Amino acid sequence: MENKVTRNLVFIPYALWILIFVIAPVTLVVYYSFFDIEGNLSLVNYKTFFTPVYLKMTLSSFWYAFLITAVTLLVAYPTAYLITRTKHKHLWLLLIIAPSWINLLLKAYAFIGIFGTYGTANAILEVFGIGSKQLLFTDFSFVFVSVYIFIPFMILPIFNSLNELNPSLLDASRDLGASKWTTFRRVIFPLTIQGVKSGCQVVFIPALSLFMLTRLIAGNKVITLGTAIEQQFLVTQDWGMGSTIAVFLIIFMVVIMVATGNRKKRGAKNER
Amino acid sequence: MRDKLAISSKAYLFIIFFILYAPIFYLVYYSFNSGGTMSNFEGFTLDWYKELFGDTRLLIIVLNTFVIALLSALVSTIIGVLGAIWIHSIKQRQTQNTLLSLNNVLIVSPDVIIGASFLILLTMAGIKLGFYSVLLSHIAFSIPIVVLMVLPKLKEMSPSLIDAARDLGASQWQVLTKVIIPYITPGIFAGFFMALTYSFDDFAVTFFVTGNGFSTLSVEIYSLARRGISLNINALSTLLFIFTMLLVVGYYFIAQRGNTRGLGVRK
Repeated sequence: MENKVTRNLVFIPYALWILIFVIAPVTLVVYYSFFDIEGNLSLVNYKTFFTPVYLKMTLSSFWYAFLITAVTLLVAYPTAYLITRTKHKHLWLLLIIAPSWINLLLKAYAFIGIFGTYGTANAILEVFGIGSKQLLFTDFSFVFVSVYIFIPFMILPIFNSLNELNPSLLDASRDLGASKWTTFRRVIFPLTIQGVKSGCQVVFIPALSLFMLTRLIAGNKVITLGTAIEQQFLVTQDWGMGSTIAVFLIIFMVVIMVATGNRKKRGAKNER
Repeated sequence: MRDKLAISSKAYLFIIFFILYAPIFYLVYYSFNSGGTMSNFEGFTLDWYKELFGDTRLLIIVLNTFVIALLSALVSTIIGVLGAIWIHSIKQRQTQNTLLSLNNVLIVSPDVIIGASFLILLTMAGIKLGFYSVLLSHIAFSIPIVVLMVLPKLKEMSPSLIDAARDLGASQWQVLTKVIIPYITPGIFAGFFMALTYSFDDFAVTFFVTGNGFSTLSVEIYSLARRGISLNINALSTLLFIFTMLLVVGYYFIAQRGNTRGLGVRK
């Protein structure tokens, strides 16, 4: 009996954590979204969200997130594939992932220097005779730096699923006369789609909510949902509107997670 | 058995590695520039490092960052380990899955949402924004990762070990401290390291819940970078880079020894 009590006492901190830091914050965000800037209960924030200004912002945020995810996937898939075929693949993977451990701010800061007016990127452009261009504070640099940051996140799940791929399937495909491209299209890609999906998930959702990069690299030219939330909370101090955007971001996040369907895989893992 | 990589494939991998590492070494390289810009290397100097170590305000911020990281990692590891044991001990699969989903909420949520919601929460609770609000937030977002690092170890453990201990007359407490904890120690260390790096690297959440008087390195670098280039930041970056690499190597060895899951990508 006494054991039962002490046992439960020991687990109280974790239960409290779930209550206070998982359930309460989400509830509070939803709660605050129903208050206007003066603190009156109203649906005005939701009305504002459905005005063209916010809808356009949401759309452009999605477009950039899509662009970032697509480019990241195009770069990461071949990389992951090639790494699985190297001799010390786990070492190479570690080396690919290591940069993701370095403080994000420092990487963004490095690009301020590289893309600056007198930076390396412009120096290279000069060499090729293109002449220097305004690179920093454009949407190009925003997408480039975002892709740079997200590449390791995309490579890891794709690498894992490629690594689980049974190589004899590829031999079988080749023996049956499939070309390399057909093998990729009909065998490799379908079998690694789960890795691609979870990769897209871990890139797309953060890409929707980036706010530091939009300020440092895009010079406020790109406004993502994350930027809008930060703006409302810390600059305008309109917590209601900020919460409303956050509610929509949460909804989008859940939709994306269901669409990329990680659940099935997780269920299968638990069965083991 | 596998055919060797073609030249073009090697070139592709090389370019990717180059792009991934070039910005970091770019920062390191210019931290030794006496010219004062990140574009024109004039001569070798250690002045920026000297300036860095003479900047008391910045040193205090570094100290703050370390204190927050160590304290939050310590507390979140304790709570996380107990939480993992709790989740593992639950018999009903449904309840277990619900708890796991709740656990993962903070891992999948974008930083902005965590930051904004914690800001509301802490303000409502009447906690003054500053050291304690940052510490609490860091503890909160590090707990789920500790749970995820410890759970696989618990699953791996044979239940007969616990039965054996109990048959031999061990109390619940003894089972916990003499059997379970020693077995999952590698997972605990991995979780601690992850929590440490999570706290160390976090920018977005800290940015929301930090007040005027308190700052961590990430937030400080952000406000410095918004003002433009100063090679102090480069010098700081170099030191942070070395520190991070040491952490990675440390983590790698722990993971190797404990044979836990490989290195994860930082959030």
